[in-house]
Amino acid sequence: MIPSILNPRSSFNTAWLDKLQGALQGEHFVKVTTGLSRHLLIPLIAIAVFLGVWAAAASKIDTSLGTFPGPAKVWEQTVQLNKEHRAEREKESAFYERQHARNAERMKTDPGYEPKIRSYTGKPTFFDQIVTSLVTVATGFLIASLIAIPVGIVCGMSATLYQALNPLIQIFKPVSPLAWLPLVTMVVSAVYVSDDPFFAKSFLTSAITVTLCCLWPTIINTTVGVSSVDKDLLNVSRVLRLGWFTKTMKIILPSATPMMFTGLRLSLGIGWMVLIAAEMLAQNPGLGKFVWDEFQNGSSDSLARIMVAVLAIGFIGFLLDRGMLMLQRRVTWDRNAVLR
Amino acid sequence: MTNYLSLESLSITFDTDNGPLNVLNDISLKIDKGEFISLIGHSGCGKSTVLNIVAGLLQASSGGVLLENREVDEPGPDRAVVFQNHSLLPWLTVYENVRLAVDQVFKKTRSKQQRHDWTVHNLELVHMAHAMNQRPSEISGGMKQRVGIARALAMEPKVLLMDEPFGALDSLTRTHMQDSLMEIQANLNNTVIMITHDVDEAVLLSDRIVMMSNGPAATVGEILKVDLERPRHRLALAANPTYNHYRAEVLHFLHERHAQPDVPVTQPTVEIAEEARKPALKVAAG
Repeated sequence: MIPSILNPRSSFNTAWLDKLQGALQGEHFVKVTTGLSRHLLIPLIAIAVFLGVWAAAASKIDTSLGTFPGPAKVWEQTVQLNKEHRAEREKESAFYERQHARNAERMKTDPGYEPKIRSYTGKPTFFDQIVTSLVTVATGFLIASLIAIPVGIVCGMSATLYQALNPLIQIFKPVSPLAWLPLVTMVVSAVYVSDDPFFAKSFLTSAITVTLCCLWPTIINTTVGVSSVDKDLLNVSRVLRLGWFTKTMKIILPSATPMMFTGLRLSLGIGWMVLIAAEMLAQNPGLGKFVWDEFQNGSSDSLARIMVAVLAIGFIGFLLDRGMLMLQRRVTWDRNAVLR
Repeated sequence: MTNYLSLESLSITFDTDNGPLNVLNDISLKIDKGEFISLIGHSGCGKSTVLNIVAGLLQASSGGVLLENREVDEPGPDRAVVFQNHSLLPWLTVYENVRLAVDQVFKKTRSKQQRHDWTVHNLELVHMAHAMNQRPSEISGGMKQRVGIARALAMEPKVLLMDEPFGALDSLTRTHMQDSLMEIQANLNNTVIMITHDVDEAVLLSDRIVMMSNGPAATVGEILKVDLERPRHRLALAANPTYNHYRAEVLHFLHERHAQPDVPVTQPTVEIAEEARKPALKVAAG
């Protein structure tokens, strides 16, 4: 961990989590209490102020779906969504239990009967949608990384190839993946034809859309990382007469990993944002669909439930980024990777 | 042709945006085995360029370098380089940095155990065995440079090339490093070419000091033979009239006969010229 107390910029980052962890372990009590006041107290005050402003402002906004939800209402709906989730799970297990019981009974009277289990088709809960979104973004991000990292490395090492690909990268980079969405949808429905599809089409459409936007930051940053390897280090490899492979593995790749991870983090962040929008637009399962369904539903609770989703999206995005950062610190030599 | 290393009328011209720039002009130098040579001259006169040509990192436009009567035109571990900014791989430990060089040079001739022992031996030589498992970011500048020297020595080079090895160090650390280098040199008797800005360092360490004229078209101005008994001790030498005479000679050359113009507007430095040669690869960070 970086000595966050020395880093004035860290007051708005996650150092307070570390501090809290340190405090809970009861070490360096004096140091931690000063650290606590700075890294726990200040963010807590800021959050409290934010909640206050939100509550005050929300009560002043009247929409056709009732007053804009304040923190209390949103909390209420969080509990409610949790309850619905549990109720749905109970219904589901009850459904399967009934089937098993019925099959067992039938087997008794008719030994030749092949038991059938029909899968539960209840409506996905908020938490199911979160899982769907996470799986989708992970798939899209993985595909993108598997393509972008090799392409970035090759572009960084060959100026010719870079010049060839750069115009394409620069043109496709600013395209909102949502513009791709209709094309992706049509292509997936046309190409992915199977009687017993392993993936749902909607899942593929969302994942590919995420892939399309995750590609560029990783390609570009990997290229920069690979092409900006310290000249002196390359001279070392020339003096040592390292072969192409050893040079790549021992010098170029390690030196490019910090940039590569910057690209991956950017990609994942963008991918997560885009996924929600893609799900809303394409009615693909996931958090985006949850938001859209609630919007269409238009009950007096809808806005509060959407707000729960908004906060969940933010919190998950934050956790994803932090996860990438932890991975980066684990994998690369650059232990000073800054928490931002 | 009995010379160990010989620089045969080296000239180099870089193509810059402002037309060709003749950086070095007709540099000839014969170096014996075990000789310690210092190259001294003002910034931008092309000292590093000479070293890079000997290392094979740059190609001379005309002339060439002969090592044991064979022309060298590409880099290789027989001419190990100690770079000014140490150039250790930051993701490897001190041991791994030296071991990489050892593995590369002796992978066919020595067993694993021998290579390990040789790596440790060289780290001991520069008094860095205690920090074997630390990374470059965890040790001081002087220590990094020691490791850089250990890495170069571990290649068993025929010629050791040092590009201002102590230029980035504070003066106290620098004196320590000079003493260490003299100690190592007394044991190994390597052939060394060292670039320096430091007059004391040049006189203290060298058998001969090669003073270069100002660029462009820099060439060998004078060669000063330093006839001082070894081992040399800096304190004893401080009052030595011969030592002071040599110092004065170098100072005269640098500051009287080849004083640097105040603003070298028309003289782009070698570094700039080298930058200009690189294919521009500009990428916007996403």
